[in-house]
Amino acid sequence: MSETAKALPVGATMFGGWRPLAARYPFVVASAAIILAMVLAAIFAPLLWTIDPLALNPLQRLKPPSELNWFGTDQFGRDVWSRVVFGTRVSVTVGVAVAILSISIGLVIGLLAGYIRMLDGILMRIMDGLMAIPGVLLAIALVSLSGASQITVIIAITVPEIPRVVRLVRAVVLTVREEPYVEAAIAAGTRLPLILIRHVLPNCVPALIVQATYVCASAMLTEAILSFLGAGTPPEIPSWGNMMAEGRAFFPIAPRIVLFPGAALALMILAVNVLGDGLRDRLDPKLARRV
Amino acid sequence: MRLRSRLMLSFILKRIVSTIPVMAVVALTVFLLLRLSPGDPAAVIAGDYATAEQIAKIREQLGLNEPIVVQFVHWLGALVRGDLGVSIFSNLPVTTLIAQRIEPTLMLALTTIVFSVLVAVPLGVLAAWKSGTWVDRAVMAFAVIGFSVPVFVMGYFLIYGFALGLHWFPVQGYRSPFTDPGLFVSHITLPTLALSAIFIALIARITRASVLEVLQEDYIRTARAKGQAETKVLLVHALGNAAVPIVTVIGLGVALLIGGVVVTESVFNIPGLGRLVVDAILKRDYPIIQGLILFFSFLYIALNLLIDILYTLLDPRIRY
Repeated sequence: MSETAKALPVGATMFGGWRPLAARYPFVVASAAIILAMVLAAIFAPLLWTIDPLALNPLQRLKPPSELNWFGTDQFGRDVWSRVVFGTRVSVTVGVAVAILSISIGLVIGLLAGYIRMLDGILMRIMDGLMAIPGVLLAIALVSLSGASQITVIIAITVPEIPRVVRLVRAVVLTVREEPYVEAAIAAGTRLPLILIRHVLPNCVPALIVQATYVCASAMLTEAILSFLGAGTPPEIPSWGNMMAEGRAFFPIAPRIVLFPGAALALMILAVNVLGDGLRDRLDPKLARRV
Repeated sequence: MRLRSRLMLSFILKRIVSTIPVMAVVALTVFLLLRLSPGDPAAVIAGDYATAEQIAKIREQLGLNEPIVVQFVHWLGALVRGDLGVSIFSNLPVTTLIAQRIEPTLMLALTTIVFSVLVAVPLGVLAAWKSGTWVDRAVMAFAVIGFSVPVFVMGYFLIYGFALGLHWFPVQGYRSPFTDPGLFVSHITLPTLALSAIFIALIARITRASVLEVLQEDYIRTARAKGQAETKVLLVHALGNAAVPIVTVIGLGVALLIGGVVVTESVFNIPGLGRLVVDAILKRDYPIIQGLILFFSFLYIALNLLIDILYTLLDPRIRY
């Protein structure tokens, strides 16, 4: 863990300046730029859409791309570009929310499991059981039981993501708790919560940052799958999955209704995954060598 | 030898016993999902326009009126006997519905695994052998892309290019290999390609990593030193010893496969278990969703158990 600990004081100096960074990791930097652009698009979506994404225009149905409708229109005459921009909002919200939620919950459970032997057995059996349930199906069940809303979708995607975070945190805790400085802290009479926060938690941070990017990518994918299958974001909200589900009947005539949101989704997930790989190589070299 | 086989047997027994708590947690989770969900699940399942009578009927059908412990005992008893519940909409047992729909899903899963392994393992070995060169980088770049492009996006792009554009394959549908093998192949090709991308990525990555690690071992240097042909070093010595992590990843990948199959079947209009899930979502037929979760989870646990047992039989280095 010592090497990761040294890489820890992050910030701008972590990679040593901007220009050498872009030269050494061109794909990672390009991905970061794409993600930044998508996040900005999500925040400033109302400024970017040219036409109200919900506005129906029966006279302009299934029009090819034009100066007015950059990506054309769908079967209700709605502007595909504006809807794709709106979809960015849904994706980024779900990705970030699920990443924050599952990392925080997983961190707490993982710390408890790794440090308190009595809880370890029970907690890890529960996690094993949860991991055996296909995540998409578990999310479908949760959404169909509590009704579709954006909050339900976020919770439904978070639950299956938690066990992997727990396992990761627990693995780090189990190695750290044997370190001399933790033994010293125990010998000095430091209380358990303080040991966890001051000594164990910082060691989990690099691995968790990497994991957060993967969770984020996976959450955006699951959201799109759920919406596509009809068990996700409510259909009146233009998420990428909803757009693809609605456009599929018109795929042979107007494939772009499906392909534009699909390409946006693929680009987004690709960028987050590449950034995650880059962060992993930098922050968590032990993991990098294994995979 | 006697000792070894006894150790092996006890390991296998222990491994089988270890699946019991996992299955119990799965069963309990699925049971509690319906009972602990916020609001009245019977009302959610019945839909927005249901009458009080319909809601009461669904509550009765799901057995939600009894005390929760009684419910659990009944439910678990039925589960142990292989009863996965009854569909609200069609009144058929979920096991019957699964049996009717399983063939296309099984076929798609099989073609995907076979195709992925056939493509990914050679790619991974090639990348490890040419490690650091442009070949390696190209394979790894392909792996990142394959891992990131969602299966339904891939599916639609494939339909766009190869079915609508080039007319090489039909757009949608499924034919059974037992009635018409030729049509089966032409219908299953695009779904298999779409679903394989992520597996090829996953397996190629782990193959490369494992082979790279093995290539640094002393016995590889020995094999090379005694003049063994490079292909034999790679395929027999390196790949043979790298097999365990590769098979593990295939086992773990089954979870991904299950989610992927549901979506792929939806894109390509294949009447399998995935379509059963989607139809159940549309008709709010919760017992089907629940039954399929149980079915797929137990399948996943059983497959991984099988793979673990296979190792102990195949790899003498596994410690018990």
